[in-house]
This record gives sequence, structure tokens and C-alpha cells, in this order.
Amino acid sequence: MAVGAEAIFGNSVITTRLDSAINWARESSMWPYIFGTACCAIEFMSVASSKYDISRFGAEVVRFSPRQADLLIVAGTISYKQAPILKKIYDQMTEPKWVISAGACACSGGFYDNYTTLQGIDAIIPVDVYISGCPPRPEAFLDALLAIHKLQYENESILKERTGRNFKGLLDEAL
Amino acid sequence: MKHFKEVFANQYTLDAYGAYIVDKQLIQNALHVLKNDDGYHFLVDMTAIDYLTCKASHPQRFAIVYLLRNSGFKNLITLKTYIDSSLATQSIVSLFKAANWAEREIWDQYGISFKHHPNLKRVLNHKEFIGHPLRKDYPITQGQICHRTDDLMDEMTPRLKKKGLDKDEGLMFLNLGPAHPASHGTIRNFVALDGESIVCAVSEIGYLHRGFEKSCENHTYNQIIPYTDRLNYCSAILNNIGFAHAVEGILGVDLPERAKFIRVIIGELSRVIDHLVCLAAILVDMGGLTNYWYLYNPREVVYDLLSKLTGARLTNSYMRIGGMSHDLYDGFAEDLKECIKAVEEGMGDTLRLIEHNRIFHDRTQNVGIISKEEAINRGFSGPNLRACGVPYDVRVNEPYYHYETFDFDMALGSVGDVYDRMMVRFEEIRQSIRIIHQAMSRLPEGEVCVKDASISFPSKQNVYSNIEGLMNQFKLVYEGVKVPTKEYYRAIEAGNGELGFFIISDGSGKPYKVKVRPPCFYAMAAYPFMVEGGMIADAVLTLGSLNIIAGELDR
Ligand code: SF4
Repeated sequence: MAVGAEAIFGNSVITTRLDSAINWARESSMWPYIFGTACCAIEFMSVASSKYDISRFGAEVVRFSPRQADLLIVAGTISYKQAPILKKIYDQMTEPKWVISAGACACSGGFYDNYTTLQGIDAIIPVDVYISGCPPRPEAFLDALLAIHKLQYENESILKERTGRNFKGLLDEAL
Repeated sequence: MKHFKEVFANQYTLDAYGAYIVDKQLIQNALHVLKNDDGYHFLVDMTAIDYLTCKASHPQRFAIVYLLRNSGFKNLITLKTYIDSSLATQSIVSLFKAANWAEREIWDQYGISFKHHPNLKRVLNHKEFIGHPLRKDYPITQGQICHRTDDLMDEMTPRLKKKGLDKDEGLMFLNLGPAHPASHGTIRNFVALDGESIVCAVSEIGYLHRGFEKSCENHTYNQIIPYTDRLNYCSAILNNIGFAHAVEGILGVDLPERAKFIRVIIGELSRVIDHLVCLAAILVDMGGLTNYWYLYNPREVVYDLLSKLTGARLTNSYMRIGGMSHDLYDGFAEDLKECIKAVEEGMGDTLRLIEHNRIFHDRTQNVGIISKEEAINRGFSGPNLRACGVPYDVRVNEPYYHYETFDFDMALGSVGDVYDRMMVRFEEIRQSIRIIHQAMSRLPEGEVCVKDASISFPSKQNVYSNIEGLMNQFKLVYEGVKVPTKEYYRAIEAGNGELGFFIISDGSGKPYKVKVRPPCFYAMAAYPFMVEGGMIADAVLTLGSLNIIAGELDR
């Protein structure tokens, strides 16, 4: 027997646009890959645990294989040494995919303005949503997830190529 | 020191800061005598110094510093040797295995090479890096892009050869990390597998190297406090305390009693939550996901307390040189009780699930063993060392903040396996709670900062209402706390063990050099040797049980 929203509709038919249906399905089950390198990743642990509970937003199936994920959350400092790995992980994810840059370090290098820290991951891969904070509070992670949902139903259509894919980063020539 | 002083009677001098200066030709012999005859068998840390822009004159531009502790872990001595323009010296890896990565780090950061080192290559910076960033003439912001990751075969092939194996003989090579759920951050282990057994392992670190030590040279002492938060970010406040404690040692100030007790209370609470993350994570690695909620959720209660107290959940920056930013809030004691209750409950639930659980025992007992002697030689400290049965805890062996007056037991293991390391941590949580209770009941009233206008900030009231207060504040913020010239090392017991700071001050408001002694750096260096011969699934647990925190490891 159906429960929840399905039960209300009984045997009736719902018409909608294909895009809406697909976007609705996508946003309800994002599978994140946590590229957690530092302190921000510890805050993500809180996001995943029961108090903040990311599963309320359908994104609790954390994958550690990029091939199974459609949302890359970069949480932590990315050094120049780490950058090729981040790029590789991003490239291994299949489209459609989204990227959240979480925390000051991932967004801009944070207060590590020095010889070893990449000054923002958007020099390497395209980013959809940025979160401020050092580290961001768990609510900010959830907010970013909702921002991704919004991007999906506002911009995405299966009829058009995903936008902004002509990105060229620092490592694109090299690899 | 008796033997050392006899053998090298006229061949050493003492510098102004108590370091024994020995000629570079003699250093290996000197360390040999110190280790084998005088019992200085624990290499705490070693680092290099670049005196290029130092005001005081020194015979050479570079020097190397060795810090050693004797068998009771009570006495610390510093050995220093100047390096001439050949920029090379002898390696001491044959005496102290801990020196292996330490020497690689010096080569990487300062470009000083070590003769007869088994594998002198960069450890923190990437393979394509040119230059040596901690030299004073390397510009701090000069980043260098890395295009390709090291394949590590240069390390793997000789290691295999040593074992009589060939890389083309049916072995499978596998990267565990740096982007791997069990790699706890950003550690890379490259293993050669025969079936599921690891025949040879190589570790690569530095993926989270974020230039802490170079950044320190550019910031005032109080500005460094937030950077220290991000060393071991699971227990940020303990790092704050460690750094402030070292700087206060140079300043020669004694904290007000209340400040000491608050440091003990908050420090122990940080230790508790540090151990909780470690235990939660390793139990997840083992497949015991439920325990993750039991052990992680109490952290949320502590976060609530910490955000009330400091304004931040994780990166608290609560300490200041000479005390802390402010006093406890009203109702702190009740909140603390809630925290302890939550921790005790979570821990009790977990222990009921695992303590007599056959699967848990089989997975952890006699896995990832390291012996006492080996652990000391490799520079282990903290719970990892105590799990081998070595009674070394900075709080006991070199007490600070009245730790000697608290009634608590040192948790010791007997085998040095994953089980012991976990159980030592469980027990330490209990002991920390005991300390917190005692400290709360003895908490005196009074100031929380030293009363010295050249160190502590004036009250806001003063800053806003009179020019002296305003100027005082301005000078402390812009110029920093002026710390007299010294070369100084001091340590505390952090979540992972001996966390020490070797600081060179030059009288200004910024340090000339800061070197951290990160406890897990040495544990990580031993890791490949601990997992060889074992199963790959055990390697995951061994890594988890060492509690490697990348922020502290790579700095
Ligand atoms: S943004 Fe702050 S908390 Fe996050 S990784 Fe960087 S330093 Fe750590």
C-alpha cells in the first residue's frame, strides 16, 4: 500500500513537464562525494549525523566513488599537491554533476595565502555554489544543498547541454 | 649526560639558551653516546634553522637542532650543530628511525641533505616543487603548480627488491588514498598486494601541507592562535594551549590560578572529544556504524558549550598569550555536566556493544602491533605509545598547570595493537572526566589573564574610555606581544601525544621561526612498517587506531 503523497493521489494521473519530473527526482536524491581534506570535513560529519541530518534533504547516500556521485562537496584546504587529485575525481564523475565549494579554504585559499595552498578550487574545476565560513556551520552546508536544488529546477533541462561546461582550469592543458 | 660530557669534554659548548653545540662531524657519535650510554633514547624532534635574516650573529647560515628525552622522559636536551656551505651532514636514521621523515622534511623545507639517508626525497611539498620554502629567502606566496602525482615506484621498487621480490611478479599495486574513505583526510598509502595481504607499503603525506610554519613567521603571536586551531582540528583548544604555553615559557610568565584551571578543564574536554572522533571513525571503518552516532552525537553537546563559550564550534581560538580571551560564562558548570553526561552515555552504549563482542576482538586484537622499543625509537607518543605499555604522558612526566595534584591514572596497554590503542583512548576519556570534576571543584576565582600590559589586552572599558588603554590595545594588535630573544621548546600532552612548539623569538612581535612537533607525524612514518605482512582490511583499522589527523601531520 502506498504511503505519503502517493496515497493521496490514488489511481489518478498527474501531468507535468518531463524536466520538472526529472529535476524533482534529481534534487530529491543527490548522491554526494565528500572531498574532505581538513577541518571543514569534520563539520560535514556533523551534517551527516543525527542532529543536522542531511537525509532530510535526500542527500545522505555519501559515495566514495566519484562514478556513483553527482554532487562533489569540496570541504577543506586544497594544496597544489592535492589539486591534480581533485581534478581527477571531478573528471571521473559523470554528468550531470554539481560542485559545492565549502569553506574559506576551498573558495579562496582562506587565510593560507602561501606557497602551498591553491587560492580557490575554481582555478581547477567549475564551482556551482560557494559556502563561506571557516568552517561553515552545518546549517550552511544544508543551505548550499538547497541552493543546488534551486539551480536544478531553475536552470536544468534535459533538452539542453549543461551550461558553463566550457570551463578551462589551470590543469586542463596538462592532463 | 655524564658519558656525553666525559667523551666530548672539550668538544662541545653551551649556547645562551642551553643547547649543546657540537661539531657536525661529531654529531652522529654524540647522539650514539647519548642514546646508548646516557639513556637519551627518545628523539623528540629535529629541525633546521635558517639564520639568514637573524639579527644575532651565528657562525653559519644553517643549523640543525635535535631534541632528545631520556628514559624517564623527564629531561629534555637540545643538541645543535651548524651546517657549513656544503649543506650536508650525516643522517642519524641508523640510531633513531624517527629521524627518517624528520630528515626528509628538513631536506624538503631547507635543502640540507643527509648522507646515507635511505631515501632522501621531499615529504611535504610536491615532486615538481623547486626550491626550499622555509628558507628565509623563499617568498611566502610563491606557489608552484603541481601537474602530476608521484607514482612512488622510486620508493616501492627498492623496497620490494630488499624483500627479494620483483614488481612484475604477480603483485597487484593499489593506491589507498589520498581520496579514500579510510584515509582519514588526505593520506596516501601505496601498497603491493599478494592476494589480500600487503607485502610492501609506502606512505605519502603532504597533501594537506598548508604552510603553517611559514605563515607563523608572518604573523604576530596572537594571530598565530587561529592557525594552531587548524593543526589538530578535532581538539583545537589543546593546540591553542600548546602554543600559548610555549610562548609563555619564553616570556617567563606564570598564569593566574584561574586561567590554569580553565585550561585544564577545557583542555581535557577537548581531549575527550578528540578521542571520540577517533573511536567513532575507527568503528565506522570496522562496520559498526551505530557506534558512530553514539560517539559522535555527544560532540554536538560539547559543540554547543564551546560555541557559547568561544563563539565557534570547531575552531575556537579561545586562548591568548598570557591567558584566554575571556572568562567562563554563567551557567557553564551546568552545561559542562550535560556534556559529561552525554559523553558517558554515548561511551557506555558503545562499550556495551563492543566490549565483549567477539567480532570486535577478532578484528582488533593482535592487529597492527608495535613493540615498546620500536615505538620509542620511532618517536611515538600519547595514547599510541601508552598502548604499548610505556608510561609516558607529559602531564605526568613533566607536569604543568598543577597536573601533579590531580588524581588520575595513566591508561596503559600491554600489546600495542589496535585493541589497546582503542581501549587506552576509552579509558583516557574516563580519566579526563575525573580531572574535569576535580578541576571544577577546585576552580578558584580571579583573573584569567596575566596582569601585564605588555602581554594581555586591556579591558574593553579601558580601550573605549581612555587613551592609554586605546594605545595599549593598538600596539598589542599591530606590533604583537614582544617576546624576548630565545630558542625554546615546550610541550603539552595533546590528544595525540606530545605536542611541542620549538620557537625562535627575536624580541619582536612575530616569531623568527616556529616548528611544531606533531605527534602523529612520527606515528604515520611508522605506519607502512606496521601494516606490511597483514591484511588490507587490518591496515585500515591500524590507520584509524593511530588517529592520524592530516592538519597536524602535514601542517
Ligand atoms: S576553511 Fe577553515 S575550517 Fe575549513 S578547511 Fe579551511 S581552515 Fe579548515
